[in-house]
Amino acid sequence: MIKIITVYGTMLVAAMGRTLLLALLGLFFACIIGMVFGIMGVVKNRACNIISQIFVDVIRGVPMIVLAFFVYFGVPYLFNTIIGGFTISLTALQAGTICLALNCGAYMAEIIRAGIQSVDIGQMEAARSLGLTYGMAMRKVVLPQAIKTMIPTFINQFIITLKDTSILSVIGFPELVNTAKNVQANTFMSFQTWAIVGIMYLIVITILSRSAKVLERRLNVGR
Amino acid sequence: MADNEVKISVKNLKKCYGNLEVLKDISSDITKGEVVCVIGPSGSGKSTFLRCLNRLENVTSGTIIVDGNDITSKNTNINKVRENIGMVFQHFNLFNNLNILDNLTLAPTQLKKCSKTEAVERAKKMLKKVGLEDKASSFPSQLSGGQKQRVAIARALCMEPDIMLFDEPTSALDPEMVGEVLQVMKDLAADGMTMVIVTHEMGFAREVCDRVLFMDGGYIIEEGTPQEVLVNPKEPRTIDFLNKVL
Repeated sequence: MIKIITVYGTMLVAAMGRTLLLALLGLFFACIIGMVFGIMGVVKNRACNIISQIFVDVIRGVPMIVLAFFVYFGVPYLFNTIIGGFTISLTALQAGTICLALNCGAYMAEIIRAGIQSVDIGQMEAARSLGLTYGMAMRKVVLPQAIKTMIPTFINQFIITLKDTSILSVIGFPELVNTAKNVQANTFMSFQTWAIVGIMYLIVITILSRSAKVLERRLNVGR
Repeated sequence: MADNEVKISVKNLKKCYGNLEVLKDISSDITKGEVVCVIGPSGSGKSTFLRCLNRLENVTSGTIIVDGNDITSKNTNINKVRENIGMVFQHFNLFNNLNILDNLTLAPTQLKKCSKTEAVERAKKMLKKVGLEDKASSFPSQLSGGQKQRVAIARALCMEPDIMLFDEPTSALDPEMVGEVLQVMKDLAADGMTMVIVTHEMGFAREVCDRVLFMDGGYIIEEGTPQEVLVNPKEPRTIDFLNKVL
């Protein structure tokens, strides 16, 4: 175990860095996707509701590993070979980010939709009765209350997404699991390698969820 | 002051939820400075009628004209019309994420009716009017029901509306808090505000209202002065209802 840490330690830490980079990129775009589709799920417009629901259903209904293969191999093949004419090639980081963003975005959309709908309808009605537009009422009254209820679920989703980056080892992105596979192949020390990797995930996620708890408590002040 | 100026004119109003006809044929004119109480059994459509007056409910057919604007028309900017119609809800609906002062200043500042300082000044004046000037920095969750409802009235007044709608403003209050809210409403009526009040407070209706509408089954069954409707009702349905509640 000591040998792995001394020889491969920096390599594994760098891989953890790439895992975090991938997770952060994915989460960033997932937030945008989730916000867009979440709001589309609550507005009074049948077409928007349906589009949002279809997006969520499709992404939730496909395992992420399939989505990863589809985005990394399937989509370039579609453009390069089936349609032809123009070449698309995605790096593993780009494809991984797209996968995470779509996957996590769909779950975020559901969290946001449910969060907004959990705010008493009277809040919206009172705001509208004063002459505020739908957008103003949403921004100033409904969303601030919805976000408070969403935070714990958000944190949960962030953690799931961070762990889901490991699935992207299948498209060859050198994140932690992929790197650890190489370490194991070189050293044959399966137990030690995976124990170290497990502990590394555990440490990062514990730090993340503890600091999220602090944030949650801060935001609840003045309630 | 032209006392006969019509503020709200309702003609052949009909409202359906799917197959359920809640309002069947309602017509009524409300003139400036008039205080109109709407009474009736639950499910009679009185709250729906009130909510149609600022288009919180879209009407199925008929017209509602408020200050010359046909609010049933899609071309009318309903937000502009609503700025002039205050509404008070049964469950107060104060904005839980904002303190009392921000509850009062949100709409005037967002809608650029006045500067922030003017809005704060007016909010303080309105809080004083409802007797809660010391609660400006409290949050809604820290107030009693009666206080919340008085804040809700003050919040509506900060937009300086011509018309105030009250949807069972005292129904969710403890009995001992009803008085303080009714007092604020009496003061408003005395100031000449045009008011439409859905209520179960018969004593208040008799004392303060100029006109009482008795609704049942989606129709206005009987209307007139409190004396006519509450003391000497003609329609059997009205007599029956009053016998049950009084």
